[in-house]
Amino acid sequence: MSVAPAEVERPETGEKAVPDMPWVTIVWNDPVNLMNYVTYVFQTVFGYPKPKAERLMLDVHHKGKAVVSAGAREAMERDAETLHGYGLWATVSHDS
Amino acid sequence: MTGQDGESRDAGGADLSAGGDEAAFAEALVAGFRATPGGVTARFAASQARIVRDLVGQIAVLVGGDQPAREPDDIAFEFGLSDAVALPDDPVLARLLPDGYREDPEAAGEFRRYTEQSLRDGKVAAARTVLDTLPARGGRVRLSEADAQAWLRALNDVRLALGVRLGVTDDFDEQSREIRRDDPRSAYVWVYHWLAFLQDSLVHALS
Repeated sequence: MSVAPAEVERPETGEKAVPDMPWVTIVWNDPVNLMNYVTYVFQTVFGYPKPKAERLMLDVHHKGKAVVSAGAREAMERDAETLHGYGLWATVSHDS
Repeated sequence: MTGQDGESRDAGGADLSAGGDEAAFAEALVAGFRATPGGVTARFAASQARIVRDLVGQIAVLVGGDQPAREPDDIAFEFGLSDAVALPDDPVLARLLPDGYREDPEAAGEFRRYTEQSLRDGKVAAARTVLDTLPARGGRVRLSEADAQAWLRALNDVRLALGVRLGVTDDFDEQSREIRRDDPRSAYVWVYHWLAFLQDSLVHALS
């Protein structure tokens, strides 16, 4: 699994050198979803500012996928479920 | 993903305007949704309302109806668990209810068991919102932000379903130009593009 180049905000993890957040939510490209809709969904679901949401949308569009969130497995499953509700093609993955 | 470059805004939908409301049809075609102080609004001709209601209703039946009957005291039902662990056979359902894990069937099955029922319920609820707010005879629709969100998701589900049925790919704009008017798919190609325009205008109105 390659890491998408768009930055993913990881909350502070105290003194740990390596953030203990090995799970990610990935959104995959599909030919139907509108670009502005996908940007809107990233803003709405994650509260990302528009430039970041657009950057992630363009990563999905041009690179075929993007990591849109990172964190605990349960949280990633909630994100994927929410994104499925919006019709985006999202999966959970272990970021190893 | 696909952009909305305005190509679908031009003519081509004359066949669908039959019903004597060409002026209303044309107005709705050009205007789409827009933001007003009272919420986002759009005007629908009767024929357009019929198309949207029909397609959204089909999604509600497909997503809501394809489930085994349950006993009322079913514990799993109480907790929103689903019996389903496998990707649906129907390619449209498979796209609307996708796997949550790509290379781990066991995790995908478990994810589905815990999420599929609420996902189905959410999609049916969004479809119901459209049916409740779009008069069968057409006319002006005025949506709260919550209703508009439901509309966005429901329109997207219809487009995903049409996309599967039409075999939409990344170069569909080019592909769809080659579909002849006597091809049974041609009417749906136009509807697909029109719904993209409608959804695009709704995103703009909400942004």
